Amino acid sequence: MRHVSAAEHASPRLRQYRKTSAVLSVLIMGLGQLYNRQYGKAICLLLLYAAGVYLAVAKLPHAIWALVTLGETKTHLEKVGKIYRQINGDHSIYLMVEGLIYVLLAAVVASIYVLNVKDAYRCGKRREEGGKLHTFKQTLQYAADYRFPQLAVSIPMIGVLFFTVMPILFMILLAFTNFTRSNMPPANLIDWHGFETFRNIFKLRIWSHTFYGVTLWTFMWAFFATLTCFFGGFAVALVVQQHDIRFKKFWRTVFILPYAIPMFISTLILRNVFNGQFGPVNQYLSLMGISKIPWLSDPLWAKFTLILVNFLLGFPVMMLMIIGILSTVPRDMYEAADIDGAGAFQKLRSITFPVVMYSMAPLLVMQFVGNMNNFNVIYLLTGGNPVNGDYQFAGHTDILITWLYKLSMDQGQYNFASVIGIFIFVILAAFAIWNVRRTKAFKEEGTF
Amino acid sequence: MASKTVRTLTRRTFSYIFLAVTAVLCLYPALWVLMSSVRPGDTLFSESLLPSQFTLAHYRDLFTKYPFMQWYANTLKISVISTISGSVLVLMTAYVFSMFRFAGRQNLMSMLLVLGLFPGFMSMIAIYILLNQMNLLNTHLAVIIVSAAGAPLFFLFSKSYFDTIPRSLVEAARIDGAGHLGTFARIVMPLSKPLLVFVILMNFTGPFTDFIFAKLVLRTPEKKTLAVGLYDMATDTTKLQFTVFAAGCVLVAVPITLLFLMLQRYLIGGLTSGADKG
Repeated sequence: MRHVSAAEHASPRLRQYRKTSAVLSVLIMGLGQLYNRQYGKAICLLLLYAAGVYLAVAKLPHAIWALVTLGETKTHLEKVGKIYRQINGDHSIYLMVEGLIYVLLAAVVASIYVLNVKDAYRCGKRREEGGKLHTFKQTLQYAADYRFPQLAVSIPMIGVLFFTVMPILFMILLAFTNFTRSNMPPANLIDWHGFETFRNIFKLRIWSHTFYGVTLWTFMWAFFATLTCFFGGFAVALVVQQHDIRFKKFWRTVFILPYAIPMFISTLILRNVFNGQFGPVNQYLSLMGISKIPWLSDPLWAKFTLILVNFLLGFPVMMLMIIGILSTVPRDMYEAADIDGAGAFQKLRSITFPVVMYSMAPLLVMQFVGNMNNFNVIYLLTGGNPVNGDYQFAGHTDILITWLYKLSMDQGQYNFASVIGIFIFVILAAFAIWNVRRTKAFKEEGTF
Repeated sequence: MASKTVRTLTRRTFSYIFLAVTAVLCLYPALWVLMSSVRPGDTLFSESLLPSQFTLAHYRDLFTKYPFMQWYANTLKISVISTISGSVLVLMTAYVFSMFRFAGRQNLMSMLLVLGLFPGFMSMIAIYILLNQMNLLNTHLAVIIVSAAGAPLFFLFSKSYFDTIPRSLVEAARIDGAGHLGTFARIVMPLSKPLLVFVILMNFTGPFTDFIFAKLVLRTPEKKTLAVGLYDMATDTTKLQFTVFAAGCVLVAVPITLLFLMLQRYLIGGLTSGADKG
C-alpha cells in the first residue's frame, strides 16, 4: 500500500480532503463520509440525518414553543351555530413533557452530528496523509475493539436519559410553575412563576418549621436504619458462616424469607403485629404483666418501631451481601493468621472487617442515602402518623419523601412538592458525589 | 485444652440461640400470613396464631373469583423478560466501568449514582406521558422497558464485585485473542456466579413485587400483575377479604423463595481465589 499513498501524497489537489469532507459533513450528516467513499457508514448517517431533519422541522419548534409558553389557549366554550361546545385548550403538563422529550431527542441527534463532523475531518486527514481508510467491516471491527466501553454504555445511557433524566428535568421545571390542585390543566393553563415557591418554603414560618423538623428526622432515620441493618446483617453473617455451625443453608433460607415476601405485604402485616390494641406483641407483653406499649401512636415509640421494622426487613439483604463478600476472602489469610496465633476477635478486626468494609463502605453510604428515600416502610407502617399539629401537611414520622408524596398526591401542592424534591435531590447528589470521589481515593490507596 | 473446648461449646451454644431467636423473629410475619390464609372467615385479627380450623377455600377463591392465573402468567412474563434485559444492561454497565478507562467515565459514574437516588414517583407523571407518546400505555412492554431502563442505575454493587476480579485474567484472555464480549461471557461471568445470582434475584423481585408503577400503567384487569392485583385486593375497603389476600401473598412468596433456594448454592464458596491465570 505504501507506493499508492506516496503517489497520492504527491498531488497538491488532494490536500483538500480534510476540509472538504468536514464541510460536507456539516452541511449534511454523512455526506463527508460519502465523499470519503465510506458507503456503509454514510448510509447509516444519512438515515439518521433524515430522521433528524424531520425532528428539527416537524417537532422541535412546537416543543420550544411549548416549553416557553406552557400553552396559550385555555379550555373554553365556543358558540358553534346555536350550541356552545367545549373546545379543549392546551394541556400545559403534556406540553411540558413533550417539549422535554423532543429537546432531548434533538440533543442526542446533535451530539451524533458533532461526532460525524469529527469523523469526517479525521478520515479526510488520514486520506491526505496517504493512509487507507477503514472499510465498513473494519470500522465495525475497530469500534468493537477500541470503542467497546462507549458502545456498551450508550444503550443503557439512552434509556437513562429518557426514563430518568427527562422525568427529573420535568420535576425541576414544575418547581418554577404555579401548578397546584386549584390550578390544574386542562381546565387552566399553568404559568412560569420563578422562585416564588422556594421563597415561601423558607420564609413562611409554617412551611419552614415543618421543613426543618422533617429534615432533621429524615437524617436521624437514615442514620439509624442503615446502622442497625448493617451491624445486624454483619453479626448474623458472621455467626452463620462460622465453620462449625451446621445447617448453614437452612439458616440462610430462614433469614431470607422476610425478603422473599413482597415488602408491602410484610409491612402491612407488621403494622398489625404492632397494633397497639389488638396486636400480638402487646398481647404477649400484657401476659408478662407489662402494660401496653403505644408502638405506633406515640411519636417517639413510632419512630423506634419504624427503625425496628426496617431492621427486620432489611438485615437479610445485608447478610446476603456480606456472606457473598466473606466467601471471597482467601482462606490462606486466616490460616496465616492462625499460624501467627491471632485470636478470633483479632482476625475479625484485622481481616474480616476491613475486607467487608472495602466492598461495603461505598454501598453503606448509598444505603444511607437510599434510606433517606425509603418511602415504603414509612408510608405503609405509620403513614407518617401520629399527626403533628405544628406541621404543614406532615406527621411526626414523615420523612421528606413521604411529605413530598402527601403534598403532591393528597394535597395537590405540586410546586411545593417539586421544591422538596429538588432539595432531596441536592442532598442525595452531594452525598453520592462525595462518596464516589472518596471511593476512588480509597481504591487508589487500597492495599487489597 | 479443656478451657478451649468449653469456650467452643459456649460460643456454639450462644450462636445457635442467637440464630434461633432471629429465625423466630423472621418467620413470625411469614407464619402469620400462612396461618391467615388457611383460617376460615375473612378478617385480619385472630385470637391465636394457629387457627382452630383449616380451610383451603381462600386459595380456591383466588382462582374462581379473581383472574389469578392470568395475573400469574402476566407477572412471570414481565419479570422474566425484564430480569434478562435488566441484568444484561446492569452487568455490562458495571463491567465497562470496572475494566475500562475512558474519557468521562468518572463523571458518568457519579451521574448514574446520583440519578439512582432520585425519588421515583415524582418522575411517574413524566414517564406516563412518555409512554403515552410511545403508545405503550396498558401494555406489558411498558413495564418491561421502564424496569430495564432503570436497572443500570444500580451498577455500583456489580462494579465493586468486578473490581475484585484480577485484571491480569482479563488481559490474558484479550492476549489470547478473545473479543470483549467473549471475555465477558466466557471468563468474567463464570467467575461471577454469586454476583449473577444476586443481580438476577434483585432484578426479578423488583418487577415481581412492584405495584406503584405497574398500577399506573396497567389499567385493565386482564393486564394486571400479581402485585397490582393483590394491592388492589388489600386496599379495596368495600369488600376486604384479608384471608384471600393472605393466600395470594403466600402464592407470590413461594416462587421467589424457591428461586432463592435453587440459586443459593452459587452464593457460597470461594470465588476468584486460585482462578488467576498463570
